[in-house]
Amino acid sequence: MSKLLEVKDLAVSFNTYNGEVQAVRGVSFDLDKGETLAIVGESGSGKSVTTSALMGLVPKPQGVIKSGEILLEGEDLVKKSNKEMQKIRGKDISMVFQNPLSSLNPTMKIGNQIIEGLVKHQNMNRTDAKKRAIELLDQVGIPNPEIRMKQYPHQFSGGMRQRVVIAIALACNPKILIADEPTTALDVTIQAQILELMKDIQKETESAIVFITHDLGVVANVADRVAVMYAGKIVEYGTVDDIFYNPKHPYTWGLLGSMPTLDSDDEELYAIPGSPPDMLNPPKGDAFAPRNKFALEIDGVMEPPMFKVSDSHYAATWLLHEDAPKMEPPESVKKRMQGFANTGGEE
Amino acid sequence: MVRYILRRVMYMLITLFIIATLSFFLMKLLPGSPLNAEDKLSEEQQAIVLEKYGLNDPIPVQYVNYLGGLVQGDLGISFAFSNTPVTDILMDRIGPSAQLGAQALVVGTILGVLLGLIAAISHNGFLDYTSTVIAVLGTSIPNFVFAGLLQYVFAAELEWFPVALWGSFEHSILPTIALMIFPMATAARFVRTEMVEVLGSDFITTARAKGVSEPGIVFKHGLRNALIPLVTVIGPMAVSLMTGSMVIEQIFAIPGIGEQFVNSVMVNDYPTIMGTTLMFAALFIGIILIIDLLYGLIDPRIRISGGDS
Repeated sequence: MSKLLEVKDLAVSFNTYNGEVQAVRGVSFDLDKGETLAIVGESGSGKSVTTSALMGLVPKPQGVIKSGEILLEGEDLVKKSNKEMQKIRGKDISMVFQNPLSSLNPTMKIGNQIIEGLVKHQNMNRTDAKKRAIELLDQVGIPNPEIRMKQYPHQFSGGMRQRVVIAIALACNPKILIADEPTTALDVTIQAQILELMKDIQKETESAIVFITHDLGVVANVADRVAVMYAGKIVEYGTVDDIFYNPKHPYTWGLLGSMPTLDSDDEELYAIPGSPPDMLNPPKGDAFAPRNKFALEIDGVMEPPMFKVSDSHYAATWLLHEDAPKMEPPESVKKRMQGFANTGGEE
Repeated sequence: MVRYILRRVMYMLITLFIIATLSFFLMKLLPGSPLNAEDKLSEEQQAIVLEKYGLNDPIPVQYVNYLGGLVQGDLGISFAFSNTPVTDILMDRIGPSAQLGAQALVVGTILGVLLGLIAAISHNGFLDYTSTVIAVLGTSIPNFVFAGLLQYVFAAELEWFPVALWGSFEHSILPTIALMIFPMATAARFVRTEMVEVLGSDFITTARAKGVSEPGIVFKHGLRNALIPLVTVIGPMAVSLMTGSMVIEQIFAIPGIGEQFVNSVMVNDYPTIMGTTLMFAALFIGIILIIDLLYGLIDPRIRISGGDS
């Protein structure tokens, strides 16, 4: 099966006064048509930089794509000029951002903000584009779209603005929709609505979604596959079931253990000790080793390769090496996994 | 909207009343009298003059008379300038000042915005530093230096424009340029700072993600948002330009309001001083009102909704 998107060994660095910050250090993943991939990780793990590389929006001149390929239906986006990327952005790949309060132009009517992309990419005239914009607003669940078209962002609530942002992203029926923590800035009830909306839209449009989040609850809800990122690398990669029922990487264990659940009131909420490494000088060996109580001696010396767990499931930890001692996830995490299995992965 | 403007006009009148009162009493505190000019008058003559201008009345009576005149649009009669009504003097003088000011403001702001834009787009590049240097020079070198330089180069040496005096449009070019430098430099600095910030904001990334081209990003999405703070500084700048730069008017021998103001202070010409002060105040308040309305045009978030609209 040919993949819609293939990212191969992508590395992105930022040149700062203090030196080179290696934000992304060799990330590979792929995406099928209509699939949802969730990229999970702490702040600073390189999730957002990875997606801005997909969009060709790595801030220049500090940000540099050091190596790797981003193949959209076989075409390498890394080699494209900014002019060429302008034709791809918003049309083939579009993006929903984290903060709906600041991601709309405050001085422009929202109708015009939607129309802009349509006119540019679909060569629509303004009348057709207006009709399409009204359809889009209706599709993302904004009542009275004809009236709302003529309003400014400040006349919308946060959740409604995020719907508008989604409408903008969907305008040209993109093949890939990147959602960078689209629900982080919203309150919980609105989060659920936005997630439902995105799932519905995916069913209708068959867009593939790359979903960036640090919220595992959201992942369980929306994703088909999950990539766990740590310190600029993907450390575990698998289907939702693989990650939630059979996690292999100690970092994934930590993430699952630190996720609050409804029946977790009797136990203390787990926190991964320490903080993420300084990407100015990435540590030798496994970057997670200093925070990992399961770390082996080799972790301090050599970086673990990707070990294959199953056809869909990979993890980069020496624990999977045949010579490694048999390690079980901690009790609390095991209980969690059991819990997920019982409820079928839903919250 | 109409109600809003009416309310604002009410406030303006109250403000003007307070300013008129303050300037009246401050004037009474000024040392000296209009009569100690060069011409020596005898005691008797002085008494006659004081009587004629009502300066012998108790101060409250003078104040009421002054306010009464004000309400009828009468600013009194100038002591110094051959008994001309102050309104006539102001009317005569405001023309050149307003024309100069308006030209300097319009040209200066447009050039300044362009300069600032160029700087912001080539952020930390050569053009950025060039325009920053121009802006710093423009704000730090006083405009009379430019005035002298312009007179020397373009009038005395090249003889393209007249050196001074007021008359045709050509007369206004050099003083306009001299006056324009400051607003231009200020606008350039403001627009650059704002534009750099706006270009880094989230909605610009959204626009980029839509595939909007670079000119579209700058002009359609960036500029309008960057202009909002500029409007705030342009207001007071407009007033000071319109009411005349005293120094520039002196250098180019332009019969404007600034020169007039200085002269009347020198000779204790109370009615003219108060008249000019009031006119400055009225202009200032009026321009602030216009600015507030302009804000609404540029920034929909603070659009004034009067009643039900």
